[in-house]
Amino acid sequence: MTDRRPLPEDLNSFPKLLARNATKFANRPAYREKEFGIWQSWTWSEARDEIHALASGFIGIGVQPGDHIAIAGRNRPYFYWAMIAAQVVGAIPVPVYQDAVADEMAYVFDHCGARFAVVQDQEQVDKLLEVKDRIPALEQIVYLDPRGLRKYDHSTLHNYRDLQAKGRETLAESKAEIERRAAALGPGDTAVMLYTSGTTGRPKGVVLSNENVLITARNTCEFDKLTERESILAYLPMAWVGDYVFSMAQAMWAGFCVNCPESPDTMQKDLQEIGATYFFAPPRFFEGLLTSVMIRMEDASKTKRAMFKKYIDHAKRIGPDLLDGKPVSGGDKMKYRIGQALVYGPLLNALGLSKVRVGYTAGEAIGPEIFEFYRALGINLKQLYGQTEACVFITQQPDGEVRADTVGVPSPEVEIRIGDNGEVFYRSPGTFQTYYKNPESTADTKDAEGWVATGDAGFFEEGTGHLRIIDRAKDVGKLNNGSMVAPKYVENKLKFFPDILEAVVFGHERDYCTAFINIDLTAVGNWAERNNIAYASYQELAAHPKVYGSIQEHVEEVNRSIAEDERLFDCQIRRFLVLHKELDADDGEMTRTRKVRRRIIEEKYAPLLTAFYDGSDDVYIETEVTYEDGRKGSIKATLEIRDAEVFALTAQKVAAQ
Amino acid sequence: MTDVSTIDIPTPYQPYTTEDGRKIGDVVMEMKNITLRFGGVTAIKDISFDIREGEVRAIIGPNGAGKSSMLNVISGFYHPQEGEIWYRGEKRPPMKPYEIARQGIARTFQNIALFKGMTTLDNIMTGRLTHMKSGILAQAFWKGRAEREEIEQREKAERIIDFLEIQAIRKAPVGSLPYGLQKRVELGRALVAEPSLLLLDEPMAGMNVEEKEDMSRFILDVNDEFGTTIALIEHDMGVVMDISDRVVVMDYGAKIGDGTPDEVRNNQQVIDAYLGVSHD
Repeated sequence: MTDRRPLPEDLNSFPKLLARNATKFANRPAYREKEFGIWQSWTWSEARDEIHALASGFIGIGVQPGDHIAIAGRNRPYFYWAMIAAQVVGAIPVPVYQDAVADEMAYVFDHCGARFAVVQDQEQVDKLLEVKDRIPALEQIVYLDPRGLRKYDHSTLHNYRDLQAKGRETLAESKAEIERRAAALGPGDTAVMLYTSGTTGRPKGVVLSNENVLITARNTCEFDKLTERESILAYLPMAWVGDYVFSMAQAMWAGFCVNCPESPDTMQKDLQEIGATYFFAPPRFFEGLLTSVMIRMEDASKTKRAMFKKYIDHAKRIGPDLLDGKPVSGGDKMKYRIGQALVYGPLLNALGLSKVRVGYTAGEAIGPEIFEFYRALGINLKQLYGQTEACVFITQQPDGEVRADTVGVPSPEVEIRIGDNGEVFYRSPGTFQTYYKNPESTADTKDAEGWVATGDAGFFEEGTGHLRIIDRAKDVGKLNNGSMVAPKYVENKLKFFPDILEAVVFGHERDYCTAFINIDLTAVGNWAERNNIAYASYQELAAHPKVYGSIQEHVEEVNRSIAEDERLFDCQIRRFLVLHKELDADDGEMTRTRKVRRRIIEEKYAPLLTAFYDGSDDVYIETEVTYEDGRKGSIKATLEIRDAEVFALTAQKVAAQ
Repeated sequence: MTDVSTIDIPTPYQPYTTEDGRKIGDVVMEMKNITLRFGGVTAIKDISFDIREGEVRAIIGPNGAGKSSMLNVISGFYHPQEGEIWYRGEKRPPMKPYEIARQGIARTFQNIALFKGMTTLDNIMTGRLTHMKSGILAQAFWKGRAEREEIEQREKAERIIDFLEIQAIRKAPVGSLPYGLQKRVELGRALVAEPSLLLLDEPMAGMNVEEKEDMSRFILDVNDEFGTTIALIEHDMGVVMDISDRVVVMDYGAKIGDGTPDEVRNNQQVIDAYLGVSHD
């Protein structure tokens, strides 16, 4: 067991941190928000006054210690203050997704029994009033934006600013009560309750204590040397644990400034203006940004395009090494500097990433190309692995040990164990207390010794000690010869190629691995156009020998990379085919969020699977399809099955440091 | 939206309150027997109606009915050959459009009349022109009053940008924006002048359903938040009936109906004009 360091007595709760920040960082910016085209800012001491005014207002409307206060709004300083003010008066903030429909809101409100809600505007108020009957516990609603609400019955409605004004008037009397309640709040008391999105069943309320959150914040701030000089853009949903940990816990711990964008649409512009030094974004974000850069470069002048290509190629070769502090020749360094002045610097500035000192991405696998692109430009982009139940951090990559295919080493004070089936378990000071009002789920997830099951399968890489997540544990299977199959791991590798939209890999209880491939019509269609390849339909394009040829190259490239891995060596794809139709949610082959439904596909395309394993070279299939207007039809096709080259196990690569 | 049809509208000069709590006041503008001719064509024939303080007043009618001409008469762009216009209790003499703008009347145009090469912000700032008082020299050197004034005007413009939720396009040239957004910018430019009477010429023409809903919302919010009196022309009947307090119906330059949306909807002449009538 690693050594656990307790929190210092004077910094073991949010109210205490607020008091410290308001004196220690009194004149440093704490919150900024762009409004009316100008960045408005509040120092820590101003923020404390705002929070205390609100806290006093909360006492005025009857908030008691232990009450739940639901908060629904986009990232604005006022809502962060509401979360802290809730703690100051001993109540528990429950941030909820503001885009949730009334029904989902009703569930969460009813489940946590919130007596109070702090919401953004008329839209949220309307939603709550709509489901009023189902949430009898809700007594008072505080709203921020009064637009359209003037004519509402104000017996249980309060304007946020009016509440603060009232709170300021009564602050003299409530001061003592605030101090008493804030002092009574201990490290073991609940700091926040966050609802997990819950892919299956109803969302669960994850209860995190002050200690959970703050020890995690302290450890991870130390890990990345975050100080009060950082600046972060708060733009991800407030109900998501990541935003809570980055914009609340770490910001309060280190005392750095949280910047709120003007509106969700202006995020990119605001990021550029603020120049965040600490930045988190999901892989999707980086992917979208890169695509937009590439598209804009296509339209640039010839000289600019040539310059861009030359220096980006150089950056891809040298950049990551420079970032990791590996030796680089003087000439290369010089050329990189020139590139920095001509290309990388202006590009990063346009993207708003020029000041990023620590950047993280997580949530799903990021394409190595994309990851390397940003690293090459000199952004210290790293990966982490985490979940709500752990206050985010389970593993993260230390500076200088960053790679696209691992999620890093265990975060400080986090212990990790790999189960017999490959499932990852962890135990840490950040481990959640319990699922609110749900002891069965709590017991299922967290055992008596505090080990939490993640539901993900992974392993530690020998030599480096980095964790690699390969798949959801329930999807990992075994070939007939007993070796492990991680379909999603292989599928992700395939999907990193722009012309492969979807891939479905089979292998569990079979002799070898096979794959269905879906081509990406936009990318492949574009390619066909440029190469004068005529096609009349998706089916025709998918069956084109040249398309098959290039897909085969991709499959073999993936095989080659899998062959480097001793554990997953047998996941190499022996046979594959390109499907004649796109997998579609309307046909039940995918979920609405575009996740493949393995079981259904297996049944529906059974003849193809049979052909994979009986050695035939082609196979005839008739599939039923549902058109968008609900009519049904069928597509007939004879599909070619190809064998892909498999590779012998190459020696385990050892990182060269 | 409250159904206003159930409200009995009292005789002129009696303020009343709508069901959704808005105060409708005195008559602010009255058209008396307006006739407008272009050479031999009579665009408007002897029309009289009034606009009350705080209401949303619509002028509808089929194509070529003379709606836009009517709006141009109100905004002072056309001078009618016959008839009188009374504004706030006084008969209005023929005026230049900028003089009318100073009286607190602002408008938008059917076929967007923005400065295409300028940004959203700059376009909206032009709406503050009538409120700028500093001289050319002061503005050129940007000293003293000019500087204070600019900051003041910018703040007004920014509040409108916030109100219309167009922050993301603040610095974008309006020529590059989609149609629905351009319409919104144009509304912004009219609003920033802080008009007491706002004239909207087909604010929803060419929009899809979603854009229409957004625009309706903004029109109602303007009326509600700023207490602005609104006169609008529109030929989408559904929208008009939803958002207006009273409707004037025109056909071939003449007034064929006037009243609450429900009254107008049940008016036989209106039905004939819209659906056509068989001549047997």
